[in-house]
Amino acid sequence: MATATETAPSAAPGAAGVYPPHPEGLIGGSYDTVTLGDKIADVVIGDQPTPKAWWGWFLFGFALLQALVLGLAYLFYAGVGVWGINQPVAWGLAIVNFVWWIGIGHAGTLISAILLLMHQKWRTSINRFAEAMTLFAVMCAGLFPLIHMGRPWLAYWLFPVPVNFAAWPQPRSPLMWDAFAVSTYFTVSLVFWYVGLIPDLAYLRDNARNRLQRGVYGLLSLGWRGSAYHWRRYEKLYLLLAGLGTPLVFSVHTIVSFDFAVAIVPLWHATIFPPFFVAGAVFSGFAMVVWLAVPLRHYYGMKDLITARHLELCAKVMITTGLLVTWGYFLEVWMAWYSHSQREWSATMQRMWSGPYWWSYWALLLTNSVIPQLLWIKRVRTNELLLFVIAGSVHIGMWFERYVIVITLTRDDIPGAWGRYAPTIWDYAAMIGSIGLFVTLFCLFLRYLPMISITEMREFLPFKQGGRDGHSCMENAK
Amino acid sequence: MSDPTTAAALHGVMAEFKTADELIAATRKAREAGYSRMDGYSPYPVGEVADELGFPRSEIGAVMFLGGVCGATVGLLMQTWIAVYDYPISVAGKPFWSWPQFIPITWALLVLTACLSGLFGLLVLCGLPQPYHPVFNVPQFQRATKDRFFLCVEAIDPQFEVGKVTAFLNGLQPESVAEVPE
Repeated sequence: MATATETAPSAAPGAAGVYPPHPEGLIGGSYDTVTLGDKIADVVIGDQPTPKAWWGWFLFGFALLQALVLGLAYLFYAGVGVWGINQPVAWGLAIVNFVWWIGIGHAGTLISAILLLMHQKWRTSINRFAEAMTLFAVMCAGLFPLIHMGRPWLAYWLFPVPVNFAAWPQPRSPLMWDAFAVSTYFTVSLVFWYVGLIPDLAYLRDNARNRLQRGVYGLLSLGWRGSAYHWRRYEKLYLLLAGLGTPLVFSVHTIVSFDFAVAIVPLWHATIFPPFFVAGAVFSGFAMVVWLAVPLRHYYGMKDLITARHLELCAKVMITTGLLVTWGYFLEVWMAWYSHSQREWSATMQRMWSGPYWWSYWALLLTNSVIPQLLWIKRVRTNELLLFVIAGSVHIGMWFERYVIVITLTRDDIPGAWGRYAPTIWDYAAMIGSIGLFVTLFCLFLRYLPMISITEMREFLPFKQGGRDGHSCMENAK
Repeated sequence: MSDPTTAAALHGVMAEFKTADELIAATRKAREAGYSRMDGYSPYPVGEVADELGFPRSEIGAVMFLGGVCGATVGLLMQTWIAVYDYPISVAGKPFWSWPQFIPITWALLVLTACLSGLFGLLVLCGLPQPYHPVFNVPQFQRATKDRFFLCVEAIDPQFEVGKVTAFLNGLQPESVAEVPE
């Protein structure tokens, strides 16, 4: 064993301390490196009892998940005919939900990657759970194209696997682009998340309360020991992953928008689609971050770490991206009118006025463009309840946005090709069930992994509190 | 040299510090004293320690660049092979080698391979996963992931002598100094 030559015993830095408030209001309380780690890790290693609300949410999510199990079982048994899809609407809720979920996922990458590159310190306490949100949302998203195939066991046909019938997928098709973009996005998000977790897992290993925890977290932490050589490589990797993740998130949703925009359909075949989709993705993703952050603050007492300032900044991103998508709605109508294309204009009028789904267009404008304008008021931005309600409105609005796009197909140029689309109970079962999958996975994440990055929060602490006052990551990643 | 039958093999001698700044200063002094085979340990990244250790730049950038270039090249060639040679289909009268339409997948593969080569590069270069390491033998080291900072002068250092190193590290006002058994 080691022969330790102890010098004078000493208290932890600032153990006595009450510290001045953070200049940017990004952390409350009087945390130092030790108390901060305890605060976050106690949830996971069991010193803080699991909140009763966790069980409520977990059981709620798990119950909804059963809808997915039943819905998929019947779908695989009977085929996609159990859904409301047919000609002319062949995709229906499956693609609505696919785009909705993947859009939600994008805020996690935005927070972890873009805000890191922009030196935004406020990302630090929300990036971990936002990245988890990304992963789970992309899982839910990826589910829908798979089950929409009808024969999901042939999903590998999407990839260029050298198979014996000598056919290849079509590399000019957005469907193949989608398969690559979404699987790359999931992999990169997972790697980014896991790399960020490694030092935290090492902390959990060293502070485990029982053998099981030590074993599992020890395995997952790969024997991380915080060597300066390792940190140097780690920081460089983290920075470069952020640098790759930033264009990736734009490209993924651009490719998702190509699913529509490459088709020669009035109101789909538009260059506005990629930026419009990306803005919408960030909009809905930040709404989901608010939806997750408010319960964390409430049930886990994280108000000092996820402060009112964080929520306000999320609200500001929401109003900015909300205005961008509103600008997109305006441009769609403007271009249809200004182009003098009769097909574009008649499709626009069907969408807004004379078609059977006109109400969904106005529901979209109300929930996505009108209600979020309340966020101009600071009192609304700093009011958790109102912010939560507005974020809910954005969820509904962004869902309707994709719905409105998809049901454009019900009114083609020739009235003989007109049709209607109504989702069946099995469409809704898959949709509700995917929400259950998301809630279940997120609850498990909260229970077993640190919801806020302990390592980055320690580094973020001001010098006097034992930290490095923020992103040395950016200066020292070499 | 001590008798190998009586003395346990040593990995090095390790000093414990309370703040990152103390670790940076100690690393600098140790380097100035002529020690070269050392490592610093901290709960969060302190880039200055790596600077002082003489590791100013990591290899990760080069690894990821090469990985990304390979992925993009393979991606573009794969699509060219599929669409031009092995399975040519005329789509809307476009040329078979309609390369702009191959860019999305080329880009996705660039990002994917750069990312994975970065991850595996990190693991290989750091020698992870490595569940056992001698530094874990020191009881104080449990706080290396929490709030303490450690400097370990390793036994492979040409100037390494247990007594001298221990005395030197004690001179840096550490919280504790410990021998690290192999």
